Amino acid sequence: MNKKLNLRKASPWLSAISLFVLWELIVRIFNIPPYVLPTPSESVIVGWQFHEAIWMHATHTLYTTLVGFAIAVVFGVVLGALVGSSRTIYDAANPLLVGFNSVPKVALVPVLVMWFGIGTVPAIITAFMISFFPIVVNVATGLATLEPELRDVLRSLGATRKDILIKVGFPRAMPYFFASLKVAITLAFVGSVISETVASNVGVGYLMLSASSKFNMPLVFAGLLVIAVMGIAMYEIFNVIERRSTKWANRANPTN
Amino acid sequence: MTSVSKSFVELNNVTMRYSEGDELALDTTNMKINKGEFVAVVGPSGCGKSSLLKLVSGLMPPTDGIVLVDNKEVSGPLKIVGMAFQNPTLLPWRTTLDNVLLPMEIVKPHRNRLRKHRAEYEDRARKLLASVGLEGHEDKFPWELSGGMQQRASLCRSLIHEPDLLMLDEPFGALDAFTREELWDILQNLWMVRPFTVILVTHDLREASYLADTIYVMSKRPGKIIVARENPLPRPRDQEVTFTQPFTDLVHELRSHIRDVRAA
Repeated sequence: MNKKLNLRKASPWLSAISLFVLWELIVRIFNIPPYVLPTPSESVIVGWQFHEAIWMHATHTLYTTLVGFAIAVVFGVVLGALVGSSRTIYDAANPLLVGFNSVPKVALVPVLVMWFGIGTVPAIITAFMISFFPIVVNVATGLATLEPELRDVLRSLGATRKDILIKVGFPRAMPYFFASLKVAITLAFVGSVISETVASNVGVGYLMLSASSKFNMPLVFAGLLVIAVMGIAMYEIFNVIERRSTKWANRANPTN
Repeated sequence: MTSVSKSFVELNNVTMRYSEGDELALDTTNMKINKGEFVAVVGPSGCGKSSLLKLVSGLMPPTDGIVLVDNKEVSGPLKIVGMAFQNPTLLPWRTTLDNVLLPMEIVKPHRNRLRKHRAEYEDRARKLLASVGLEGHEDKFPWELSGGMQQRASLCRSLIHEPDLLMLDEPFGALDAFTREELWDILQNLWMVRPFTVILVTHDLREASYLADTIYVMSKRPGKIIVARENPLPRPRDQEVTFTQPFTDLVHELRSHIRDVRAA
């Protein structure tokens, strides 16, 4: 029993380590040149050499990501609440939302650059645009899937729409909301890095672009690893928040 | 229009369809329910029993005819109703006690008093929970309770604000036979302590015969009341009564009505 639990705790580390070992081995066995695919060890070493530059670019990327994400949360909750509580608004907004979400955000970066210049603002907006959709969908779903019987119980007590939303709608939507945050934060990273790659002179995206133009592939991969680590860290933070705040929804697997 | 009469709930030639073009859910229905009367409505599934509850509680308007409650025409959701369904619909993020107190956060004047008089209301909820045998489970979450216990809590939630009208839509339908019969007694006790008007929708003829003063049999869709049967059994009723001749005769008679409407 105890052994099983330990194995479960160790499993994410084991899988990550095996991936890196496999990667290292493949590169060495097939003698792949570093300008095609560097080994992970090389990437880490180069990453350490450039750690001051990486730190500067990474904090900037983290900043644009979090600002974009924060806007997405506010916007997503408000729009999700509107869409989820009214059938008419749902019908009106749905095609627009789906259409907007289908547009590749990378195609919008040049437009944003025309409007705001290169750098921080387009990165924030891209992070926002790419990450609000799952929040809207999940909040709306949480609100719209209220049991009709429960609605009847509350209405027959004289509850207003607002009462129903506050007493039942929002608490019920919380697990959906937190689940969407985990998805949205990783998407926000994608958004800001895309924008930095296309139009910026700061951020991990820019760092990787300039490194690749100098054929410094180990540094490109170091950048990728940094993004992945930041993504995992953020995901984990929201995972913990989710489990703490909506324990009742996670009762099937009491992991903490 | 609103003729003064003794009955608490009155349906005058009520028909109902859910939306235009739909077939009728309820066809020319007339009912008179006295204050404090315990009524059961039985019928084949899909006969519009639940529509009847929605009509009386004002959640749905009639297509034709008039629904009167307390001599006033029902034109929107009533605010004096308690409801319980087959699905207990407790809120999983609230303890049993907080679930029972939910109506107090909505019904006037309690919603304005709750914060100041919290202890008084909690006390009331605890007493009610104790009366259905849930003492000691107040601080548990609904998902830590068995199905029968959840249904008891749901019953408490529907009664905490002392409604004049209790609507029960197959509340014991998902429970095992022993738990169900236990809850019949609990409901009967609650009702005998403080008589409120009950409309119980069920397809369990024994349940109807055990609990109700009057049993209405409905035809299949479009629903129509075809029999209103007074229940001659004296109160309080206990499990023994279910093995007596008058009880079995009553169930038998109801069963033959249902057989007729299903064949029709």
